[in-house]
Amino acid sequence: MASSTPTAERQVTGGGISTRRKLVNQVMLTLTGVASVLVLIPLLLIFYYLLAAGAGSINLDFFTQLPAPVGEPGGGMANAIVGTLSLVLLAGAIGIPIAVGAGVFLAEAGRSPLGNFVRFIADVMNGIPSIVTGIFVWAWIVVWMGRFSLLAGSIALAVMLIPMVTRTTEEMVRLVPRELREGGVALGFTRWRTTLGIVLPAAKSGILTGILVALARIAGETAPLLFTAFGNPFWEWRLNEPISALPLLIYQYAISPYDEWHRLAWAASLVLIGMVLAISLMARFIIKNPYRDR
Amino acid sequence: MENPTAASKTKKPASNPATKMAIEHADDSPSAPAPDKARLAIEARAFSFWYGSTQALDSIDLKVPERRVTALIGPSGCGKSTFLRSINRMNDLIPKIRHEGDILLENDSVYRADRDVVQLRKSVGMVFQKSNPFPKSIYQNVAYGPRVNGLVKGKREMDALVESSLRQAALWDEVKDRLDSSALGLSGGQQQRLCIARALAVSPEVILMDEPASALDPIATQKIEELIYELKNDYTILIVTHNMQQAARVSDYTAFFFMGRLIEVGRTEELFTNPVEEQTEAYITGRFG
Ligand SMILES: Nc1ncnc2c1ncn2[C@@H]1O[C@H](COP(=O)(O)OP(=O)(O)OP(=O)(O)O)[C@@H](O)[C@H]1O
Ligand SMILES: [Mg+2]
Repeated sequence: MASSTPTAERQVTGGGISTRRKLVNQVMLTLTGVASVLVLIPLLLIFYYLLAAGAGSINLDFFTQLPAPVGEPGGGMANAIVGTLSLVLLAGAIGIPIAVGAGVFLAEAGRSPLGNFVRFIADVMNGIPSIVTGIFVWAWIVVWMGRFSLLAGSIALAVMLIPMVTRTTEEMVRLVPRELREGGVALGFTRWRTTLGIVLPAAKSGILTGILVALARIAGETAPLLFTAFGNPFWEWRLNEPISALPLLIYQYAISPYDEWHRLAWAASLVLIGMVLAISLMARFIIKNPYRDR
Repeated sequence: MENPTAASKTKKPASNPATKMAIEHADDSPSAPAPDKARLAIEARAFSFWYGSTQALDSIDLKVPERRVTALIGPSGCGKSTFLRSINRMNDLIPKIRHEGDILLENDSVYRADRDVVQLRKSVGMVFQKSNPFPKSIYQNVAYGPRVNGLVKGKREMDALVESSLRQAALWDEVKDRLDSSALGLSGGQQQRLCIARALAVSPEVILMDEPASALDPIATQKIEELIYELKNDYTILIVTHNMQQAARVSDYTAFFFMGRLIEVGRTEELFTNPVEEQTEAYITGRFG
């Protein structure tokens, strides 16, 4: 009896476990499936609403005309589209070199006290609410310059972009295998030459993706622009003048009492999402082709 | 440059005098069966090495003759890679390392204070266990080193150098039609030969190979071995291998490391047929390690 019972028991429990495993597996699969549908629902709803409410107001005028004065029908948001593009590009021009440099530094010398400090600052900056960034840039740049401006708006967006890109760059550079770096060093390259010539190109697609994701993120930001770029109903190109931006116009139009403006706000949202989506698709494309060229 | 502290602190393995003679004999005795008039390329003198507080090498005395293949064998963790990486000071990249004694390259201390490490690494090429081509084209992989180091002028000279390096590495025929495609599209064995070509392109005097064929199939391995045999006409080669047959096939001298010490070194056929030390015999007959 002593010798036969254990085997019998084991068989019984063994069968029980495997049925239970299958059941648990089924339940978990269903739950994760439901979760992913729940993630999709808001996205689909947003798209549906934007298309339903905004698509009708999108026409050639929307991309070529200035906003019409209150009460007048028609008009467009050409200056806001160009404004958003200018703000994002300038923010990138200011922020990307700093962020990539800092990210490379963190990956290469990140264990030093200075490295730990920079990483800590970047993480704190990543967590700062964007409205606070806006106030900060207002207090320093806008007050100092005595005016709202494209430059101030871009700096506010750059302040948001820098910690994001710094951290992704660090991660991407860290992912480059040690052997690759050693391959450069063993050829007699100096450290910076190895980093610039071998490590950075190897991490290129990851870094680019991080940059595009950050650009998409800041393109839609409203809060940091409220007291920096401020908005402008007219065409404006100069660095030291207020400039219009899509998120600002959406905000302004959406809280207005006019139905026409509400429709335009929906349309602007659709265009903004389209721009962000285009950037995200570019990122996707880059991810799919790592090491595509030499 | 003697280092009496290192020598006196650590007792040398009893075998050292005998084994050192094997190469000294090879160096200056013309009466040996196959007279070996090779000059010394590398000489380790009571070289010890620590990672933090763990000692990885214990007073290594080793002479490596020029234009010969010297194999380093020994069980995993015995310090073969550490020794190899001490020669071109790759270990400098690791924090908290320390050494005693010295290594001479062409009679010149590798560790002297004013040594230009970048220059040193140019004259000592290295091939790694895992092939590590740069994420660039095949052509660029070979050309990048000479270009950065300013070795050639002009496109034509570079083309010639790339071709000759690839030929030396027995890879030219396989890649000549796709020099501009990514090196990452090559097979493992081709990638490893590309890394050898890359090392050759900066015209080193010594090539260090750390298990260059351990990730390759028999055919690719054979190609690498043939290549090593060719290369020793022009280069001093040190190769780490876990494969006894490979050591026997490709090397002129073999050094057996065990637990951070150099137990025995000698002509390969002698060491394999008639080892002096018991530990060596145990290892090469597969009784441990
Ligand atoms: N970066 C490092 N930091 C700390 N210890 C290390 C480091 N690299 C190697 N060691 C230690 O030094 C000793 C020698 O290692 P080494 O890599 O030289 O051995 P090996 O003979 O090349 O072994 P294998 O045949 O497995 O490659 C080992 O005990 C190892 O754990
Ligand atoms: Mg090793």
